Order: sequence, then structure tokens, then C-alpha cells
Amino acid sequence: MPKDLRTDPELASRPSFHFTFEGHPVLAYAGETVATALWAAGLRILRHGPGDGGPRGLFCTMGLCQECVVSIDGQATEACRFPATEGLDVRAGR
Amino acid sequence: MIQETFDVIVIGGGPAGASAAMEAAGAGLSVALLDEGVDAGGQVYRAPVSGTGASSGQPDGEIGDALRQNLASSTVTCLFGHRVWLVEQGFKLHALGSEGPVSLQADRLVVAAGAQERHRPIPGWTLPGVIGLAGATNLLKSQKILPGQRTVVAGSGPLLLLVAQSILKGGGELAAVIDANGRTDWLRRLPAMMARPRLMARGTKWLADLVRAGVPLYSRHALTRIEGSDEVTGVTLAPIDDEWRPDHTAQVSLSCDAVCYGFGLMPATAITRLLGARHAYDAATGGWSAVTAPDGATDIPGLYVTGDGAGISGADAAISLGRITGRAVAVSLGRSTPATGALMKEAGRAARFGQSMTGLAMPRDGIMEAATPDTIVCRCEGLTRRVLDEAIDAGSRTLNGLKSATRCGMGPCGGRVCEDSAAALIAHRTGLTRQDIGQATARPPLRPMPLGQLAGEFNYSDLPMPEPAPQ
Repeated sequence: MPKDLRTDPELASRPSFHFTFEGHPVLAYAGETVATALWAAGLRILRHGPGDGGPRGLFCTMGLCQECVVSIDGQATEACRFPATEGLDVRAGR
Repeated sequence: MIQETFDVIVIGGGPAGASAAMEAAGAGLSVALLDEGVDAGGQVYRAPVSGTGASSGQPDGEIGDALRQNLASSTVTCLFGHRVWLVEQGFKLHALGSEGPVSLQADRLVVAAGAQERHRPIPGWTLPGVIGLAGATNLLKSQKILPGQRTVVAGSGPLLLLVAQSILKGGGELAAVIDANGRTDWLRRLPAMMARPRLMARGTKWLADLVRAGVPLYSRHALTRIEGSDEVTGVTLAPIDDEWRPDHTAQVSLSCDAVCYGFGLMPATAITRLLGARHAYDAATGGWSAVTAPDGATDIPGLYVTGDGAGISGADAAISLGRITGRAVAVSLGRSTPATGALMKEAGRAARFGQSMTGLAMPRDGIMEAATPDTIVCRCEGLTRRVLDEAIDAGSRTLNGLKSATRCGMGPCGGRVCEDSAAALIAHRTGLTRQDIGQATARPPLRPMPLGQLAGEFNYSDLPMPEPAPQ
């Protein structure tokens, strides 16, 4: 069993909920971004790049590089800047 | 659409921008502050995720909390969650917030856009599991997440130690810390580091913690490849020479599932380039930045740049620099403010330390030899080194030339990730200086924009449709 990547000692006191990535439920805690929750769940391949078509994912974590752009409820959005909330429909980016 | 006029607009709510805004507001000016984040603090003093809002236990937590409290009780109009996409002369600024588009106007504009991380391409650096060092500090400090089960921390500069120490503190495992600088490179910075004994002591303790934990430390080494087909599974590293050219005959491989990789910080210049301010290249302050007077004034009347955006001086100097600029703006609008002599002294001391770290992190161009012909340099457009080399050999000797020839830097990141590496590639291949290679022209939109949101809500029937002409 891999270690949980979350390190917040107060994690248990934070509300938790689920959203979906490609239809599969993903656990998230209040205050996390969509990118963080996906990362903690081991879901790091968020889209495929142009040219080589290689897998891409979270890189700069601050909204600059655009590598983590996914579809959130149908809108192309940076996963690293979008707060995770209950029931979001997140799909891999294009 | 919100449309308002202020005395001063400040772009960026990090330590420099927030301090400049509060100082100007304190002198009686009307001030608007815009930032993309949900609250003030910028990257270094970013508010953590936990419900309480307290940054307890973090080295810089109290500074960020105090900054946010003071700003909240000031008269500054704060527009958080707003992304600036166009700045016009005069100064008219257009941004997009969650409530829709916003246009603001002011006689004085303070750009406090801070820094962005410098990267260098190597095979595999686009794999999921590789994040920037600055990105890693964000994950670790603000989101309280470890980068991986077993992480490699590599690149240059003080963020190496900060990230590695934060991983240890969070209970994570480090496969190795790989520093492009050697012991003598650090020792050469010692006199400047003495300007900030507190920060130097902290760094020394972090290093001691790593040694005590038995973390393998490779100095004067660099990554030459990140392994993995879909995600990171390991790295290959090699010793490097004085120009940071890797010795491929002495490679070492390690297994890991995450890599934190970066080469220091560079000033964010998109806004000042768009406005046509004069810029200069100085490796000691992180590369290109707008040329400013000590108070932040540029060659464009009314335009000021403060904090790391005016040359990387570090978060420790940013508050003093911001306050100096805030007062200068107030004075330029006829307000009286306290003398800035003491602030200047304080900023100078802090900047000396910050700049010594900036110079240390600056990559040497030999590192470009780690990028193979098939290595992607421009991630947005999927351009390989081969494509760029061919264009350079065919005569593209400036960033703008390379951009026109290949689309390098024309993707959604706006060149923020690749342009500095593209310049390094031209320099390494041709021997031209950064001044010869120049900067890329900045064009709006400064940040990626959903056109639908920009257009706002309207009905099809609202569109003016001319009657068709009779046949």
C-alpha cells in the first residue's frame, strides 16, 4: 500500500467529498484544487500534448504552463487553479 | 461590466504589490489591487488550504498572515481571482474575474507581477510526475501534499534545499538531491549570504537535516534524462563541468516516482514588454527585467515595477521594495510620505542576499547539451530541439525570429516556459549574447482567455443583423 501523499495533520477535520475524473470517483478535501486531489489519487496523466502526443500533467502548479488544462463541467480549465468541489465532472484535456 | 477609475492600479498581490498598495492607500490615494489568486501573499506567502486560515508552523507563515490582515483592514479595493489580459497605455487595464470582465483606469500603474520559474529541457521532462521546484513548494506548503513516494529534487539554487527539507518534514522519501552547483559555487556566495544571517542559518540547518537523514547529495551533477513511458519511473544523472556540460560517460541511474526540477527564478515581464518599457539583461537579477530607478519608476511616465518583477531580489526584500514604490507613487501625485532612507537600507541588505541566490541558480548554457534532438523544448507546441536547431541554423538568431519560424512560444503559456530555454539554445549554438537574441514581443491576450466569458451574456436577438440587400 503506497503512503498517502497528504501531509496535513488536521486532514481528518477537513470536510471531504468526491468529484469524478473520466467518470471515476476521486476523493478530495476542502481547500484542495482539482489538480491536487488528482495528484494525491495517483491520477497524474491529465492530457496528451501536441506533436509527440505524449502524456502530460501538472507541471508549474500556479496557472502559467497550461499543462494541466482539463475539462471541468465542459469548460477547458487549469486544474491547478480550480478549487475541488463535490460532484464536478472532470475529463482529460485535449 | 465593472468600469472604474482609481489613482493607482497595482497588478500582483504578493508581498511587493500588497505593500505598495497599502502604502499608497495610506497616503490617501484610491488604489485597486488585482491578483489571480484567491487572496494576497503571492507564491511565497500564499495562504494554506486548511480551514483555520492560520499558517502556523511554516517558516514564513506569520508574515503572510500579517500581510493579509493589514490589507483587509486597509482602504485598498482588492480584486482577487482576476486575470489581467490586456494593459493599455494611459493606463487602462482589462481583466477577467469570476463575475465577468472588468476594465479599470488609473494615472499610475504599479506592476508587481513577481517571478516565474526557469526550466531547462531534457529527455522526459514533459512526463507526468515532473514538476517545477517552485511548483513543488506550492504543493508542499500550501496544498500540503508530497510530490511522490520517492522523489528526486534536482536543478539549482536555494529552492533545492527548501523543497528537499519540506519533503523530509512531511515524512516523504528522497531518492537524491542533485545540485548543478558545487561547494565552491556556494562558498563564493558566502559574503553576500552573511547579509542575512537568519536565512543563512536556516539553509545550513536544512542541509544538515538532509545529511543526517542520509539523503544522497550529488553536487556538480545534473539530470540528463527522466525515465518512464507514461509517468516518471526514474532518472539518469551525470557530473557536469564548469560550463555545466554533462559527462555522459559517467552516468548514474536512480528509481523514483516524482521529480522536482528547476533552475531558479526570472522576472515576469509580459506586462512591461507589452507597454514598451525599456528592459535590460542582467544575469545577477535573473535575466531580463524592466529598467527601474531604486523607487521602481520606469522610463514610461507613471509606470512602476516593484519586487521580483524588477529583478529577482527575493521575498525578503519584496515588502521593503513595495513600500518604497508605494511612497514614490504617492509623492508623484502630490502626497507627502515619510522618508524612505531606512527602507532603502533594509531593501538593499535583503536584496544582496536574494541576488546572491539568484546568481547561484542561474544555469550555464552547457546544460543545453543534455537536450537531445528529440527533446521537446516548447511544450505547448510540441516543438523538439531538432526543429529549433534547424531554424537557428537557417538564420533565426533572435527569439522573435525563432518564434516566426517555428511557433516556439506561441502556445497558451505565452512563452513563459520555453522562451528562456530557446534563448539559451540560440546562445549555445551561435555564441550570440542574450542582448543580441533579445526578448520576444509580448502580445495580448497576456493570459489564456475563454472567449465566451469575455463576450459576456447576450441573446442572439441582441446582435445587430443588417437586412440583406435586395438581389
